[in-house]
Amino acid sequence: MNPETTETESAFLPKSELQSLITLLADDGYQVVGPTIDQEAIVYDEITSVDQLPRGWTDRQEAAKYRLERRDDDALFGFVVGPHSWKKYLFPPLTTVASAQKTESGWQMQTPEPDTTKYAFLGVRACELAAIAIQDRVFTGGPYVDPVYNARRTNAFIIAVNCAQAASTCFCTSMNTGPKCSSGFDLALTELDDGFEVESGSDAGTAILDRLTTQLLTAEHTKRAAAARQRAVDQQTKQLNTDGIRDLLLGNLDHSRWKDVGDICLGCTNCTMVCPTCFCSSVEEVSDLANENVERQRHWDSCFNLSFSSMSHGTTRNTIASRYRQWLTHKLGSWEDQFGTSGCVGCGRCITWCPVGIDLTEEVAAIRGDTAAATSGGAA
Amino acid sequence: MTQMEACTASLDPWLAHTVRIVDITDEIADVATYHLEFVESVIGKSFTFRPGQFNMLYLPGVGEAAISISSDPAQRGTLDHTVRVAGNVTGELARAGDGATFGLRGPFGSAWPIEEALDGDVVIVTGGIGLAPLRPAIYELLNRKNEFRQLTLLYGARNPFGMLYTDEYDGWRNRGLDVNTTVDRASPGWDGNVGVVPQLLDRMPLSDPANTTVMCCGPEVMMWYTARSALGRGIPPERIWISLERNMNCAIGLCGHCQFGPTFVCKDGPVLRYDRVASLLRVEGF
Repeated sequence: MNPETTETESAFLPKSELQSLITLLADDGYQVVGPTIDQEAIVYDEITSVDQLPRGWTDRQEAAKYRLERRDDDALFGFVVGPHSWKKYLFPPLTTVASAQKTESGWQMQTPEPDTTKYAFLGVRACELAAIAIQDRVFTGGPYVDPVYNARRTNAFIIAVNCAQAASTCFCTSMNTGPKCSSGFDLALTELDDGFEVESGSDAGTAILDRLTTQLLTAEHTKRAAAARQRAVDQQTKQLNTDGIRDLLLGNLDHSRWKDVGDICLGCTNCTMVCPTCFCSSVEEVSDLANENVERQRHWDSCFNLSFSSMSHGTTRNTIASRYRQWLTHKLGSWEDQFGTSGCVGCGRCITWCPVGIDLTEEVAAIRGDTAAATSGGAA
Repeated sequence: MTQMEACTASLDPWLAHTVRIVDITDEIADVATYHLEFVESVIGKSFTFRPGQFNMLYLPGVGEAAISISSDPAQRGTLDHTVRVAGNVTGELARAGDGATFGLRGPFGSAWPIEEALDGDVVIVTGGIGLAPLRPAIYELLNRKNEFRQLTLLYGARNPFGMLYTDEYDGWRNRGLDVNTTVDRASPGWDGNVGVVPQLLDRMPLSDPANTTVMCCGPEVMMWYTARSALGRGIPPERIWISLERNMNCAIGLCGHCQFGPTFVCKDGPVLRYDRVASLLRVEGF
């Protein structure tokens, strides 16, 4: 995407035209993925119809709690984010990275043909655009490029949706990742009662927009869209103070808070599974009974698993406290050294889906509070 | 970063190449050196590595293990890996015989600071199987002996039977490497040094500490004591290099397993400047 050559457009897309967008993308060979309800949660799945979207539903979230509730309107995107993120498609939970076959002349190894699946993501929030940009750096920033991620990412068409509300777990304003979608999309929608303010962010987005039946955007539309987006800002209550956060955390590796959180953390890995930027994985051998045809399958792994840091002569991170410390110091600290950005986008998933309600913003605040107290105490 | 330039893996980093065991040298108990050749000779001809780098050895159906290359980088035709039986992959390798085939991805990781050590003294400090990843450095230093000054090896083992490559020491000495050994426990017939290897560093004469480079590989506690000794002898912190071991699954910085603070040991390491990781080395469970 070259901003100098991209002609961005804004228009009003009537609600009835959203189905046309889905159909158009399907006609162009895209597998459209969007939010839908499954097992009392809003998840991302392959869709063909607007009727599969969570029309009239919203989500209520707090630490360790997620509930769907009826809205008093027919909003299609009137919720925040659920347990899924788009990494499910770009960095699949289970994928084959290589295979081996035993032949008469010995073992032969192959890697799969490049994935040609074209996904169109409908309903990508600003924090999720930020998460995709972070995983771009992880998987394609070098020196090695992950072929699976790279192929799917290159082919993806992204339709962002601006949030018009925030959950109690949201803190994207602290992480400067939202709630407004500002880049990294092909199209961005802001939902209004009768349609969408739609904005193109790439040539591909403009080309699709030109094929839809849109209306001129009125000042009234623009005003209502801006008000909707402002609501998502105003509703945010959670904050994370990111000032000097890398040095704060890496400078407090012996803080007693790690043991405290280790005592309540179950080490269940939920936070890393729902996190849209967590990228850890393991490759395992899956072979036939004769061990002559072997697939090397990569699955999501987690730094909370004991085996994650095991070596032949012992395990590096033996306690849950040491594993929580690894996760948080990486996510908010050493990620900056590695990828030039925080690993957190402020989506709040790890807070909602933690079964014991551990809130990373509270963990950081506790360490910051003690450090500040110690500093001011020392100065007094 | 010069260390990163050593990455010369194939286009698809997941693709392993088939290698065949040409010969196996039994070294010490549970340790053998596997002499490997690429089945596709064109790959063997183009494969180059730098001392300190490692390969992922892949036994289909069992898994991969990160193993340092232990042969001379100038050697063509075969590639040596000295392996101790420690887990499933190395155990399966120990059951393989001459002619067996398996997979190899690599080379990966950073290299010993050969260029940084030019015109100065080099002290190699290692113990047990830690000599294997340093043997390519010894070969390269000796191949280019006139580009360095005093070359010293300080090598420790639990007992005299735990020493690798003993039949090469005289040859190394003849070519200009001062080989010094020590054992934790002597056995009958041993009349050499007894004690841990950092003590050899404490005692050895250093003519120009400011231009001395230390290359160290061993257990973390041994490397920590070695670094402390080196610093005490006036060797600058930026001239002390260690090789770290962590769980490695992908070797290409994508799986997350080998993280050590900001460092991905697989791609930023395994060879790292001591002062860049020193503050984290003594943090329990990090």
